[in-house]
Amino acid sequence: MKFIGGFMHLHRMFALLAGLALTVLSASAPAHDQRMIIQSTTSTDNSGLYDHLLPLFEEDTGIKAQVVAVGTGQAIRNAANGDGDVLLVHAADAEEAFVEQGHGVERFDLMYNDFVIVGPTKDPAGIAGSNDVLASLQKIADVSAAFVSRGDDSGTHKAERKLWSEISVDVEPVSGTWYRETGSGMGTTLNVATGLDAYTLTDRATWQAFGNKQAHQVLVEGDPRLFNQYGITRVDEQRHPQVNHADAKVFVEWMLSDAGQQAIADYTLDGQQLFFPNARR
Amino acid sequence: MSSVAAPSASGPLQAAFKLIATADPDLIEIVTLSLKVSLSAVLFACLIGLPLGAVIGSLRFPGRALLNLILNALMGLPPVTVGLLVYLMISASGPLGIFQLLYTPAAMILAQTILITPIVAALTRDVVAAMHEEYREEFDSLLLSPIQRAIALLRDARYRLVTVALAGFGRAIAEVGAVIIVGGNINHVTRVMTTTIALETSRGNLELALALGAILLSLALVINASLMGVARIGVRTGA
Repeated sequence: MKFIGGFMHLHRMFALLAGLALTVLSASAPAHDQRMIIQSTTSTDNSGLYDHLLPLFEEDTGIKAQVVAVGTGQAIRNAANGDGDVLLVHAADAEEAFVEQGHGVERFDLMYNDFVIVGPTKDPAGIAGSNDVLASLQKIADVSAAFVSRGDDSGTHKAERKLWSEISVDVEPVSGTWYRETGSGMGTTLNVATGLDAYTLTDRATWQAFGNKQAHQVLVEGDPRLFNQYGITRVDEQRHPQVNHADAKVFVEWMLSDAGQQAIADYTLDGQQLFFPNARR
Repeated sequence: MSSVAAPSASGPLQAAFKLIATADPDLIEIVTLSLKVSLSAVLFACLIGLPLGAVIGSLRFPGRALLNLILNALMGLPPVTVGLLVYLMISASGPLGIFQLLYTPAAMILAQTILITPIVAALTRDVVAAMHEEYREEFDSLLLSPIQRAIALLRDARYRLVTVALAGFGRAIAEVGAVIIVGGNINHVTRVMTTTIALETSRGNLELALALGAILLSLALVINASLMGVARIGVRTGA
């Protein structure tokens, strides 16, 4: 009885599979002591800032921080769902709204850097060397030179859309022509910009750390409008009781302290400082 | 720099060899987690998908056509959709939030299991249905119950089902859309091969990304070869 004889084997096989599955389950069950999650913008991660900061923080406090690096918009939404303990992004208005809606305790200025416009050396809009970002964007629009936008509701995207609106250029109708929205992170958008020989607005840190610059260069910088402020906010434990508020509190206080601010200032890439601490004390 | 140090080699292949040759500890960690997550997902998918496929492939019951249709459609589930659904379920404000699964390997296993169970079930169904045609008369003469038939068919098809499991594994190990959402690509916690490749691409480290892709491909090759080898030996010895 070939088929009947098989029952035992099959049962044993499934019992074995089920046993394995249970082992796997228990092995990958989360261990949550000391787990502290930062919902973060990508620039601070892509530029290597956390690789520099977090070991120093752990040394000082014994707390291990884990970073989920997504666009500012998504980071805020994740944190508003209670899926993070600290929010570190760069869109002050959205951060204040986050606090007002009861998701965050208080927002603090943490550090700043600046946005730059990068583009091809050919520079069809002739903006190289300018420190007037509005005039430069106007020139890009005038000649319909290819411009790549994040299009993802990130901090950089919000900053870029604000600049266009200041010169009353409506990019919605031209989206898909010279104005391209990637709907992706800064790095992906930079890959598209170099691939399309297009201009794009980027934070300086991500650009500095980016490995696929090709013939692209920083063309516009130094306009006060390109100021890029990063903020830090602890997720409110009253609204989201499961957050690790004790460790989050220690982290925010450390980042705003002399030690944290100095650690931010000390981080350089290729000899260039990428973030400038400006916490009010 | 990144978690995996970019080797100073010329070309992605050399970079891949260098990463492997120096047994880069971060690379080993990432590869180990990738295998753990995807092999676990295959395990769970087989636990659910094999019996389900066998039942649908060998039994006639009302609603079977509809179930077939749904199963076939689910084979085309976009990983990012699965990731989003699982995220909404296990988010702190989701119905399963209390289990705190988000941003853990367990969440990644869950998402990949959902992704590949329809594939395992549908392919099992096809294998079993074909075999059932062959054996139908024999089964009738033995007066086997429907469940006994399903079990007998599964047992007899076991070496062909290795290919089914491999198809599921291939889909799991290659996807990035689901694990990056529910895992969060956290360094040393939920970073796997595909999320590392996505990260390095976004950092513009295209050679390193390509090198990691080559390693992922080689891994899939080795695992496929060994499992196919086992199946072939099994067929030959009639075990």
